Amino acid sequence: MEARTATERDVGPDRTGRLPAWLLGLVPLLLIVVAIGSFAALGGPGLGERRGPPAEELAVEKTVLKPGTIELTVRNDGPDAVAIAQAQVNDAFVQFSGAEQPIGRLESATVRLQQPWIEGEAYEVALVTSSGGTIAHEIPVAVETPAADLSFFGLMALLGIYVGVIPVALGMLWLPWIRRIPPAWLRGVMALTVGLLAFLAIDATLEGFELAGAGSQAFGGAALVLVGAAVAFLALTGISGWLEQRRRAARAAGASGGHLALLVAVGIGLHNLGEGVAIGSAYSAGALALGAFLVVGFALHNTTEGLAIVAPIAHLRPTLGRLALLGLIAGAPAVLGAWIGAAAFNSSVAAFLFGFGAGAIVQVIVQLAPSLRDGEGRTLHPVAVTGLLAGMALMFATGLLVSV
Amino acid sequence: MPQLSRRRLLAASVPALGGAAAALHSAVPHSHPWHAEAEAAASGHEHGGHAGHEGHASFRDGRTVDHRANGFDPHEILRDFDWGTTSQLPSGRVLREWELVAAEKEIEVAPGVKYAAWTYNGRVPGPTLRCREGERLRIRFVNGSSHPHTIHFHGIHPAEMDGVPGLGAGEIAPGASTVYEFDAQPAGLHLYHCHVRPLAEHIAKGLYGAFIVDPKDGRADADEMVMVMNGFDTNFDRSNEVYAANSIGFAYLDKPIVAKRNELVRIYLVNVLEYDLINSFHLHGNLFDYFPTGTGRTPSEFTDTVMLCQGQRGILEWRFRHAGKFMFHAHQSEFTELGWQGFFEVVD
Repeated sequence: MEARTATERDVGPDRTGRLPAWLLGLVPLLLIVVAIGSFAALGGPGLGERRGPPAEELAVEKTVLKPGTIELTVRNDGPDAVAIAQAQVNDAFVQFSGAEQPIGRLESATVRLQQPWIEGEAYEVALVTSSGGTIAHEIPVAVETPAADLSFFGLMALLGIYVGVIPVALGMLWLPWIRRIPPAWLRGVMALTVGLLAFLAIDATLEGFELAGAGSQAFGGAALVLVGAAVAFLALTGISGWLEQRRRAARAAGASGGHLALLVAVGIGLHNLGEGVAIGSAYSAGALALGAFLVVGFALHNTTEGLAIVAPIAHLRPTLGRLALLGLIAGAPAVLGAWIGAAAFNSSVAAFLFGFGAGAIVQVIVQLAPSLRDGEGRTLHPVAVTGLLAGMALMFATGLLVSV
Repeated sequence: MPQLSRRRLLAASVPALGGAAAALHSAVPHSHPWHAEAEAAASGHEHGGHAGHEGHASFRDGRTVDHRANGFDPHEILRDFDWGTTSQLPSGRVLREWELVAAEKEIEVAPGVKYAAWTYNGRVPGPTLRCREGERLRIRFVNGSSHPHTIHFHGIHPAEMDGVPGLGAGEIAPGASTVYEFDAQPAGLHLYHCHVRPLAEHIAKGLYGAFIVDPKDGRADADEMVMVMNGFDTNFDRSNEVYAANSIGFAYLDKPIVAKRNELVRIYLVNVLEYDLINSFHLHGNLFDYFPTGTGRTPSEFTDTVMLCQGQRGILEWRFRHAGKFMFHAHQSEFTELGWQGFFEVVD
């Protein structure tokens, strides 16, 4: 009895009841600001002097080779400012401009080194810091960086169309065939689609991790891939829910095939955006040789993406325009990605985009999963499992074609 | 194939397609307008006439280190011979004495690049100790640093004066001191350095110097210089980031060593370079007489290039026949372009 009274007196609403709720919510926030402010103002009381030499970390974000010069864009992803005092290329001091001032945390700078580099040869750049540390950067094969002019963007667009738009459009030509096959087969094709997408999600994630590892770690590194995936998954889930709600209100109907097809197209489109970024950056870095075989390989590989889009709309009669739109949504982002990758490549952004693509695909898989169910409500029935495995095997095999 | 990375795979594919499109970009003619660009860039940063040394490798914008802050200038070290102080022993022999203090000191080894050096008497290389054959030498060593050190002299002396751990005074603890005493012999060019483990570190950080024992009858008058070939491993990866004679790379390129035409030039050349197996000295436009270790009076070779391992040293003598600028440098191009090069400017 007595205990209850005490509790009521302490916690009861009467004590803070006079203060508005927003103010109560604000109080801890203000205290945090005051605490941080005074901690900083007092120079971190009790922590003592910093131990050890400054940690100097620079990540090379971009390398541009022009006749006679090597240009590096570096970002400081360490805790301390870094001053670049000298520069060496292949064990020789070289003249350079840029980075006159120390580079602060998360800041970036561009240094332009004078080096009569020879096409096809390897170079190692070492930036010597004020403490004598060296930031080494390897250029495995020196190739002139293409100038970002109109013809270059045209080439990137062509590349995007080759590897994104055309293969997807070709894959969509399976629609008439899908229409004629029995429902059990269709479930198999849907499973195949899910298998294809699962492979793409894994591929994109690995690619994202690789890119994240190569670039600056200051912005999260590998975490960016997962964050990107989570953002894409949640955003697409939200959009999908909203679309469904709208549709229900309008037609009082369930998730339609058209809706699913759109989602698949969006998911693949986001994936192709990341793919385009990687291709564009690899090309501009000279790491990508354009070859007929490569384009053929990509066509085969990405054709399966077209199949994934049309599978959910087998029972519908979409207009040609709508089909074209779906194809563009899935394929055209490759063009955009190639432009981004070639003109403004940043491995942190690219890693995020790959994660984003992977998350989108996972969301699409979740959406597609119900369509695998057979008459008894099972999802992983033998046909579906066969389809899933076949889908992954197909992606793996066509991926090898691209790899030769 | 370690990973299914399409992007990586692309990189390996055969360049075949792309015909016109690819040709636009990869087949750009590769005449390098480098010189023009270099000059343009250099002129933009010109400070007092030094800018890239007309095509020679050099530090950024031809900047130099702050010799005053370092407390030593390679141009002064070049002709600075420390004869110590002398007195007469009861036997009538000359007693020559020096004091060497080991101390830690941050020096600028390249413009803007600081290095935590270990020094004898605040300079790298340490003082060039010079004496005459047969004199009694007494070197008081004070360890003013926070690590144990010694001075190990090359030459002939008793075992307990060898300056190595476990013999004689052994390692000299921080704050402690000792006296090394022995006779100056044999005549020639020697060196001294710390001999405490880890050896590479104790030497590479700067504890070394030249030690010259003049023959009793002296040598012919000459413009004498000492060059201690060294380098600095600023990032501690056991290879040097900067190479030089007398510590500061490009110092004699920034400001040539002035020599007189037809005057005898004598260089006391010592190699203390750590982390590289060999070092060398190459002279342009002239050949020199080479006296290995300076112990003999007849040259072993008339050449323009000598190769020395760590601890090896020799005396070089020649007369410039022509006025003008003549390069000298290590004939390991890597060392050359990482600092170890300079000019003689020969005047009438």
